[in-house]
Amino acid sequence: MTRRSGLALLLHHKLLPLAVTIVLFGVMYGAGAYLFEGFLSLQVFLNFFIDNAFLAVTAIGMTFVILSGGIDLSVGSVIALTTMVSATLVEHHGWSPTLVIPLVLAMGSAIGLVMGLVIHYFRVQSFIVTLAGMFLARGLCYVISIDSITIENSFYTEISSFRIPLPFDTSITANVIVAFVMLAIAVYLAHFTRFGRTVYAIGGNEQSALLMGLPVARTKVLVYTFNGFCSALAGVVFTFYMLSGYGLHAQGMELDAIAAVVIGGTLLTGGSGYVVGTMFGVLIYGTIQTIISFEGSLSSWWTKIVIGLLLLAFCLLQRAFARTRRA
Amino acid sequence: MAAMAFVRRLTAKHNFWAIATLVLLLAYNLISNPHFFSISVRDGHLYGSIVDILNRASPLMIIAMGLTLVIATHGIDISVGAVVAISGAVAAAMIGGELVLSGGTGMEDVTQYPLPLVIAGALGVSLLCGMWNGALVSMIGMQPIIATLILLGTGRGVAQLITHGQIVTIYYSPYYELGNGFVLGVPFSLFIVATVAIALLLLTRRTALGLFIEAIGINPLASRLTGVRARSITFAVYAVCGLCAGIAGLIVSSNVKSADGNNAGLLFELDAILAVVLGGTSLTGGKFYLLGSILGALLIQTLTTTIYAAGVAPEVTLVVKGVVVLAVSILQSERIQILIGAGAAGRGGPAR
Repeated sequence: MTRRSGLALLLHHKLLPLAVTIVLFGVMYGAGAYLFEGFLSLQVFLNFFIDNAFLAVTAIGMTFVILSGGIDLSVGSVIALTTMVSATLVEHHGWSPTLVIPLVLAMGSAIGLVMGLVIHYFRVQSFIVTLAGMFLARGLCYVISIDSITIENSFYTEISSFRIPLPFDTSITANVIVAFVMLAIAVYLAHFTRFGRTVYAIGGNEQSALLMGLPVARTKVLVYTFNGFCSALAGVVFTFYMLSGYGLHAQGMELDAIAAVVIGGTLLTGGSGYVVGTMFGVLIYGTIQTIISFEGSLSSWWTKIVIGLLLLAFCLLQRAFARTRRA
Repeated sequence: MAAMAFVRRLTAKHNFWAIATLVLLLAYNLISNPHFFSISVRDGHLYGSIVDILNRASPLMIIAMGLTLVIATHGIDISVGAVVAISGAVAAAMIGGELVLSGGTGMEDVTQYPLPLVIAGALGVSLLCGMWNGALVSMIGMQPIIATLILLGTGRGVAQLITHGQIVTIYYSPYYELGNGFVLGVPFSLFIVATVAIALLLLTRRTALGLFIEAIGINPLASRLTGVRARSITFAVYAVCGLCAGIAGLIVSSNVKSADGNNAGLLFELDAILAVVLGGTSLTGGKFYLLGSILGALLIQTLTTTIYAAGVAPEVTLVVKGVVVLAVSILQSERIQILIGAGAAGRGGPAR
């Protein structure tokens, strides 16, 4: 009897999903280290962040959307649009990057703002609005150009090749710094501000949040605006990483971002989860990617399949948690 | 006043806007190209822009019908494009073979399995994809958007694995007939559309199944309490949608005589959702219109053809489609419906 209640207590603990995620990461990382020589180097670990900084930034924004009980399918397209607008303005119109970057960030926020307004004020399901936004943004990429635009601007190439040296002969890129600054901001927003608490409250129960007098409308719209900003910032980071603008960039990134959030322990129904968990979700994604590339014989498509299956597994886990909690 | 009432009753019809837009588009085409409606007979086949639009719209018409049933239960399936790719990949892999040149006529037909087996295999796998979605939604209770998002992402990966990441060309002429053949002068694909339409219409309108589906969409709890087997029906609806996507996948791969795991059916999910909402079925579930969805698919294909003819890059249609989906979903939203209703009542219009 005591054992059962002990188990129940464990299942009820709100930190449990996060613990599962961290354990999973440990197991996968351990497996990689055991299977492949050279996996256990600091640089390989740092590469998780270097190669997935854009995913981390966009997943952080997505965490807030999912915490509030919504979903945003437009992130991949907004990233693509950001790379495209940056590339064309810098390369074809000779604009200065110091002007282009704030501009694309404002553009991403504006897209998020409009979607948020439609979702809240017209009560349209978030996935439909953001699905339309996804196609709209992809379409706009093609309006600019069907082909890929290479960026040769010195500002972009310098930031792209810029390395911050770390001990033991390792280094990170500027993108990693951006991702960690975003993480710090997001943790502050989620856990130390009124905005963050309202997001959790809306995700828990929107009706109750409204009855408590919380600013539901403003917060919901802000969540989508913030996510639009994060997607655009991820797009800027992605531009530094790829040094090109292309309408097919970041195809299917919405799945990766949602997967990182859900694997990171955030409930899809909203109201429960941690931004830090999302970072572990991104790390798990990076581990899978690296294991598959170390393996050598597996096609990179396996990353998509494995991440889809992991997303599925975590969704099932969440259903199980929800059931025990209701019982 | 009577005229006003007439206009209001007309515009309130579920498919008024779709028909009006279609008529406008056709009129525009007629003005820009006087031969637009002309249909000629060549080698005993019908030729002409209209026949072309009908033929090209057939995969979309079939998917839209399947998706209509899913949306009617207040669900969504965004994996249809991926299933199109999987179905084509399975068919191409089963046919297999390489180009064998023969005498004067060109190539020899090469296939590992007979055509019926190939079709059964591809459709079987598509049905499984649909059942997978259905199981996640109905038995496990996952949100439809997440359940089908998983297949949207992994499905293309699976298609790539089947085709080994390459575009597989098919060298088997009977298979070409599915998407390019003619029967009695009419494109064969239209017979497939008609078969699917008749089967679904009989199932949903001649039995109580259609009513049950609408009941689930309007209020799942109430429908279950009245004895509707909501779970099984929801499951079946996703399975049918997968099957429809599979049929469309066969036509698409037959059309281009190859299977491309990456691009086959890419962004089909938007076109299909658009076709369904243009046909008058609400995204919030409930009443559904299979023939309306066919009309919606025709409208989309006419729009695409028109944009091609106008010399605009075809990718730009994405922008137009995105805007239309957004506009239609806003128009269908409760807020706007209430506003329109209040406006009509305020003007003392006759209440229906």
